[in-house]
Amino acid sequence: MPKKGKVYINEPWCKGCEICANFCPKKILGLRGDGKMEVKDPENCIACNQCVLRCPDYAIKVEVIENND
Amino acid sequence: MELEKYFRVEKLPHIWCPGCGHGSVMMSIAKGVDKLGWDPKKVVVVSGIGCSSRAAGYLNFNTLHTVHGRPIAFATGVKLANPELHVIVITGDGDGAAIGGNHLIHACRRNIGINVVLFNNQIYGMTSGQYSPMTPEGSMATTSPFGNIEPPFDLCELTKSAGANFVARGTVYHLPKLDSYMEKAFSKKGFSYLEAISQCPTYYGRRNKLKTPLEMLEWQKENSIDIKKAKDLDPEELKGKIITGIFTERDEEEYTVRYDKLIASVQGGKK
Ligand SMILES: Cc1ncc(C[n+]2csc(CCOP(=O)(O)OP(=O)(O)O)c2C)c(N)n1
Ligand code: SF4
Ligand code: SF4
Ligand code: SF4
Ligand SMILES: [Mg+2]
Repeated sequence: MPKKGKVYINEPWCKGCEICANFCPKKILGLRGDGKMEVKDPENCIACNQCVLRCPDYAIKVEVIENND
Repeated sequence: MELEKYFRVEKLPHIWCPGCGHGSVMMSIAKGVDKLGWDPKKVVVVSGIGCSSRAAGYLNFNTLHTVHGRPIAFATGVKLANPELHVIVITGDGDGAAIGGNHLIHACRRNIGINVVLFNNQIYGMTSGQYSPMTPEGSMATTSPFGNIEPPFDLCELTKSAGANFVARGTVYHLPKLDSYMEKAFSKKGFSYLEAISQCPTYYGRRNKLKTPLEMLEWQKENSIDIKKAKDLDPEELKGKIITGIFTERDEEEYTVRYDKLIASVQGGKK
């Protein structure tokens, strides 16, 4: 069963560098108009943790959620 | 890993620019301490001056933010006064290779138990982009508006020759590898030098056709060659490349151990 994740972005810490979005294998992250990162497609997160590893500002957390389907 | 355990979270977000690599290297240091299970109260972080050196303000250990080029001198004092402490020096390519280069050489020669982590963004970031002794040839900087004509210092070769027990170079692009070198460097008794290629999008990238933090990371990826592969290449092919990997691993006796032995023998009446 593939893993699923829930992404939390700590907005005050995000500087909009887009490193996370570029390393996300599912390409589900993108900048909002105000320059903060946003999860565009939360359903498709596979909890790979690339964004957490890559964010130089420690602004992302990913929680692994059980996938029961 | 709990952020609160190793960082002064009330001081975050850090002051570094968007996409600056220093945040990634600082996290790698915290992970290294976590992996070794060191008591944060027994860890001393000593830094000099530069954007990189500001890391000392965010890490929740005993920290000393000293003067430009001198963190190794302060760290030598700390280690000699209390050899039980884990002493980590955070420095930059300006702080550690230019003004502080001489301290680095002699700390290697003594093989004193200090773990130096040099954040190499190949520029003086804090003072807005002068070239450093580690800036690649041809790079644009405020002080080399037509391209840098000086060859960069290879501090891994230098520290290896000068007597360090452990020497390695990693990059922010290859973060998991950097983490593994950090753990090895920290577990070594004696002097260790770990160089982390970091990125300064603001004062290096923008002037050198690497417009985004991602382009700078891609540059690190494309220009890195593992030391094992590099052995088969000639100097011409290695020009401008980042050689990554472990340069040396030795177990020569550490300085404060030798010093304590001397004290014991003199106090015991033996010469
Ligand atoms: C004695 C002295 N000389 C010069 C300076 C100015 N200065 C501050 S930081 C710096 C260079 C920092 O470069 P680096 O160590 O590479 O750090 P970075 O900002 O790139 O992380 C210089 C020259 C100073 N603070 N003190
Ligand atoms: S990597 Fe971190 S700081 Fe950069 S855009 Fe993503 S969340 Fe924001
Ligand atoms: S955990 Fe992986 S898939 Fe989910 S947002 Fe982060 S990088 Fe993308
Ligand atoms: S000037 Fe460069 S090194 Fe300093 S914080 Fe900005 S990006 Fe980082
Ligand atoms: Mg620098």
